Amino acid sequence: MATLVQAVRMALHYGETYLGVTDILGEDVGPPLGGVFTATQGLATAWNTPLDERGIIGAAMGIAYAGGRPVAEIQFCDYGFNTIDLLKIAGNQRWAGAGNYELPLVVMTPSGSGIRGSLYHSHSFESWASRLAGWKIVMPSNALDAYGLMLSAILDPNPVLVLLPKALLRVHGEQLIPGEPADQEYLKQLIDAPLGDRSNWQPRWPDLDEYLVPIGQANRVREGTAATVVSYGRTLPLCVQAADALAAAHGLTFDVIDLRSIFPYDWSALSQSVLKTGRVLLVNEDTEVTNFGEHLLRRVIDEHFYELEVRPRVLQGRHLPGIGLHQTYERNSVPQLAHIQATLQALATEEA
Amino acid sequence: MTTVAEVHSGKEALSAEQCLAIHRVMVRARAMEERMIQMSKSGEGYFWIGGPGEEAFNTCLGLHIKKGCGPDYDFLHLHYRNAATLLAMQLPMLDAVRQAALRVTDPHSMGRNFVGHYALRQYNIVPVSSPVETQYAIAPGTAIVQKRHGGDGVTVVVGGDAGSSEGDFATCMIWSTRPGQELPVLMIVMNNQWGISTPMRSQHSERHIVDRGEAFGIPAETVDGNDPIASWHALRRAFQWCRRKRHPFMLEASVSRLHGHSSSSGAVRVRDEPDCIALFEGKLQSAGLLAQDAIDDAWEGAREEAAAAVEQALREPEPAAGDVYRHTYAPSGVDAVYPDDYTGLPE
Repeated sequence: MATLVQAVRMALHYGETYLGVTDILGEDVGPPLGGVFTATQGLATAWNTPLDERGIIGAAMGIAYAGGRPVAEIQFCDYGFNTIDLLKIAGNQRWAGAGNYELPLVVMTPSGSGIRGSLYHSHSFESWASRLAGWKIVMPSNALDAYGLMLSAILDPNPVLVLLPKALLRVHGEQLIPGEPADQEYLKQLIDAPLGDRSNWQPRWPDLDEYLVPIGQANRVREGTAATVVSYGRTLPLCVQAADALAAAHGLTFDVIDLRSIFPYDWSALSQSVLKTGRVLLVNEDTEVTNFGEHLLRRVIDEHFYELEVRPRVLQGRHLPGIGLHQTYERNSVPQLAHIQATLQALATEEA
Repeated sequence: MTTVAEVHSGKEALSAEQCLAIHRVMVRARAMEERMIQMSKSGEGYFWIGGPGEEAFNTCLGLHIKKGCGPDYDFLHLHYRNAATLLAMQLPMLDAVRQAALRVTDPHSMGRNFVGHYALRQYNIVPVSSPVETQYAIAPGTAIVQKRHGGDGVTVVVGGDAGSSEGDFATCMIWSTRPGQELPVLMIVMNNQWGISTPMRSQHSERHIVDRGEAFGIPAETVDGNDPIASWHALRRAFQWCRRKRHPFMLEASVSRLHGHSSSSGAVRVRDEPDCIALFEGKLQSAGLLAQDAIDDAWEGAREEAAAAVEQALREPEPAAGDVYRHTYAPSGVDAVYPDDYTGLPE
């Protein structure tokens, strides 16, 4: 099974071959490196830019205005903060410009903690991004969804931000991408650039098929009755693990919802599950002041207050200036499996 | 009275016919701006920002544009003082006035944006936004597509002296001169010596802003932007370089700011800066090309046109509450929540 980052690479290959992607641009995105996380190795339209995030976003916007279909990479979302006003323009231009222009722009960037990234390789971005009206924001938690969300992002004629969970980039999927060879060693031989000199290397792409995960559609990955837990990205598999452990140990079953799209989010899936269980936990690792999960919490309270059996919870990153390099800092800054499991158990067992 | 064939400015000359055409656009632009300033004070509009003092250069810019849609044509990344450029491109005064009057019929923004914030896909005018200089970061992108596409389309990007302090100005120079990947970008700086209330000379020590291009091998010119004949020829040379060589060029025009920054500072007429229209009319009169009564007629006609445009715009509908969400998103076949346009928070 492909890793999440291999899935992104195969999606980009599919995009430039069949969906009209004209430019895959960013720092170290082109040969020889093919991206610091290898997401762009061997791609025909990948090229290196100056070390200039504002230039990357600006140029991608210009390419999109002129009829191209760019995918721009910001090497780490931590380095995207100086692009905020360009991202804002990308999001508002169609509304401000009375619908004159479409802007089919994809920006992908690794987000979140989990690789011992210290202060500037551990940031989360979705709460900031959720304030950029006019954008769509997605975040896969597995390889197949990464493939399907990237293809949708490419096809969508609006700006789409694809947040890639850093901690999961090298995690193998559990489901085959259509056209992907089942043997992961063989896939590696086909599409991973060799270490060392790769000047004569060419990828051998598998014959991939289109697979779309619609933007705005969540995925219920576990079904249960004790409570609802909603997450995305790095913390999603931790929620699944916690739910499975509580099922095995205590017979408590949970609806585990992988939101997949931050905006537009699948309110219908969340709402229906909350109505069923009356208990909800929202989990993400972005900092808690002010957090996207709080928006979902507000809607839960506004619209389902009288259907809730116990107080709803949000588990999120602490309000801190950064994540420190020592593991003690990281483990105590962003939600870990133990936090999630304890919170989920308390939520499910609190007396109504 | 038209007896001379051409009008001179220094060693350069322009045909009498072209001079008269330029003069007409300059006068129409000024009359429109003056009427818009009135609108901002009378309640017919709300806010004014624009280009009185930039008409000479901006008119010539508009007349040099290869206008159309797509990479075969010029792309325009303008700032909010380019009204004369659009009139020179034969866009109707009414459309600019619709924006000043905040009408839903405003083709640039449906009454959402300040006046002078144009967006017109049919002529490659990408949306003008208030943050000055972001256009310099976006411009290389359209030029990348033009260079790859072939043809002679140029990307024109316009900003002011104050905004050139932002890093996006350097972004444009770097991205336009990547070795072997040079881009047909015409970088224009309209130097009016002001950033709202801050004199340029209190913040900038470089002799000319376009001197910065030298480090990147970008050829540059400075021009008296109050002189339409000099501006015409400087633009002609700049466009010729970008169209044929497919490399960038920088052009800095010294211009006046005749009504201050915007209506926020009162938009009162400034008397101690040169007025490009008065100067040009003096030149055309001296050349025996334009008599006072013809000048008076031109102004009267332009003011009538502006008045009629305002009258028309004010008869048109204002935005309705139901318009708030429109055009947030383009229709998408892969979006389960917003397949058409934004409809408020997901339901």
